[in-house]
Amino acid sequence: MPTISYREALNQALFEEMHRDEGVIVLGEDVAEYGGSFKVTRGLLDEFGEDRVIDTPISEAAIVGMATGAAMCGLRPVPELMTVNFAYLALDQICNHLALMRYMFGGQVTLPVTIRMPGGGGHQLASQHSHSLEVFFVHTPGLIVLYPSSPADAKALLKAAIRDDNPVIFLEHEGLYNAEGEVPEGTEPAEIGRAGILRQGKDVTLVAYGGMTNVALEAADTLAEEGCEAEVVDLRTLRPWDKETVVESVARTHRVVTVEECPPVCGIGAELSANIYELAFDELDAPVERVSGADCHLPYAKELEQACIPHAPDVVEAALRTLGV
Amino acid sequence: MNKAELMEVYYLMQLARTFETRVAEQYTRGKMGGFCHLYTGEEAVAVGAMWHLRDDDYVIGSYRDHAYYLLRGGDPGKAMAELFGHKEGCCKGKGGSMHLFDWDINFLGGYAIVAGMCPLAVGAAKSIQYRGEDRVVVCFFGDGATNQGVYHEALNMGSLYELPIVWVCENNHYAIGTSVPRSSARESLARKARSYEMPTYVVDGMDFFKMQSVAERAIADARAGKGPSFIEAQCYRYRGHSMSDPATYRSEEEVEYWKKRDPIPRIKAAIKHDFEVEEEEFEEVDARVRRELDEAIEFASEGSELPVERLYEDLYVE
Ligand SMILES: Cc1ncc(C[n+]2csc(CCOP(=O)(O)OP(=O)(O)O)c2C)c(N)n1
Ligand SMILES: [Mg+2]
Repeated sequence: MPTISYREALNQALFEEMHRDEGVIVLGEDVAEYGGSFKVTRGLLDEFGEDRVIDTPISEAAIVGMATGAAMCGLRPVPELMTVNFAYLALDQICNHLALMRYMFGGQVTLPVTIRMPGGGGHQLASQHSHSLEVFFVHTPGLIVLYPSSPADAKALLKAAIRDDNPVIFLEHEGLYNAEGEVPEGTEPAEIGRAGILRQGKDVTLVAYGGMTNVALEAADTLAEEGCEAEVVDLRTLRPWDKETVVESVARTHRVVTVEECPPVCGIGAELSANIYELAFDELDAPVERVSGADCHLPYAKELEQACIPHAPDVVEAALRTLGV
Repeated sequence: MNKAELMEVYYLMQLARTFETRVAEQYTRGKMGGFCHLYTGEEAVAVGAMWHLRDDDYVIGSYRDHAYYLLRGGDPGKAMAELFGHKEGCCKGKGGSMHLFDWDINFLGGYAIVAGMCPLAVGAAKSIQYRGEDRVVVCFFGDGATNQGVYHEALNMGSLYELPIVWVCENNHYAIGTSVPRSSARESLARKARSYEMPTYVVDGMDFFKMQSVAERAIADARAGKGPSFIEAQCYRYRGHSMSDPATYRSEEEVEYWKKRDPIPRIKAAIKHDFEVEEEEFEEVDARVRRELDEAIEFASEGSELPVERLYEDLYVE
């Protein structure tokens, strides 16, 4: 199986889907001639031409709105927002238009838009470039939210997103672009809404996604050294998330730690734990532990920023707390 | 302008330029991280636009903000410390290169959301008008910002309420890798702004004299209650968009064309043309700039980050 980077996996998915379906177009700031600010769209312009690979002005609201309008009338746009923070400028088009039009118009419109956006902290980009915005989108009915954690998932999920007839928010983690992994030839689209169990264990379940998946895996390694077998669940899809897989895992381990990069208030961990309490209260031997990003904006200073982001030792500690250690 | 004033202009240009050279050095040595955008080549725009400002006027701008801060009279040490992420920096190391800010010098900050500062400038100007003061706001932004919705909303409101704003568009011809004709339906950004019913100017932003003379008028109008003006300063950044951009999208000829218009040799030649100046006098200024920046780097190097216990400070008014 070829080993490629997360960035290349995304790039391959775009190439393959554009070849497969003439309706797929890519648009965004610096996506064509420049190849994307993180080089995910590199080479697309040469292959597909400027009719299908479109450099736009710095106009996030209109980029998403244009994608929505084009989708309404039969195309399958894949807009890129350069960084998740810039999605704030497009929230009106995403939440007030894209997400609700099908519902509001009685099912008459179909909006197959996949909005790609890189996010996550850890690169000293300071507060205006480092938010983890997944919760905004997860909170919005009508959207599907995907967040791959590996090259294989990146490719399979992006293909699924593009083929799906619903609006998809596709989050990419800036810290993962260079991460390498095996990606099968002829990757098929992944099943949306299906979590993956990346490591099996019987003592505690670590539920993570996106950039936090590696943190959970690293924590599981450390826990193993201490004789604790952690099961690592990668959500992959944040909306609709896979309750079945999470609850089954909890039924096996009886302990859970959720791991998210965003701030904790009304976060992914809050959503997970509320559901776990509702669906699997009797299975729990300890309260759900939440590990999250700090409840503030990411500062520029290096150590200070790192203190805002969950690391493996934080997850290990939380896991040990569920075990009463 | 007399000789002393012109030598001050030369000093400010060199300070802005050399600060960036030293930042690039320190960046390469790993003393700072994140995105870092240098102003190299565009010095005459900011020096000219700000030359006629009073200390109590406001300046606000984009993430390419080192020069604004220094030209407002900011302490180079506090700027450098900010870039190092140290608590001795003007924002305690929380903002970094893109987000300098300092009340003491009425610098209302550098912002990294393209065009995000434009409505803030409208609000700052409203506060001036409301209090009946005769201060002005100078707002700096790039050519790319003119394609944002909020930019147009802000220009419209500035004119509608006749607020004391000088809009300074640094047209360096590129927004990262996208040139103006590839992103703006109307290539003339001044004409684009003119629909908001205010005086608009197109000026050679590589020429301090032209820049300051246009700015003088715009500032005087704003101060006199005649509302906003728009200045399109045509300029060029000599380096990539940020420290991580190799800028392969620009031809060598194009870069050469603009290097021939370098504002610093130009101001030097102009001073020499009008006054008897020995080369040593320029060298003295250069040495002063070097010394000040050595001190700034030393100050920044001696600092340290805020302790983690203070992470949540400043989120709310306590
Ligand atoms: C809302 C928003 N979209 C995109 C970006 C990414 N970005 C940063 S700078 C930049 C180009 C801005 O160009 P311009 O306004 O001409 O200013 P310059 O950098 O040339 O000074 C872009 C697209 C951003 N920071 N904010
Ligand atoms: Mg520009």
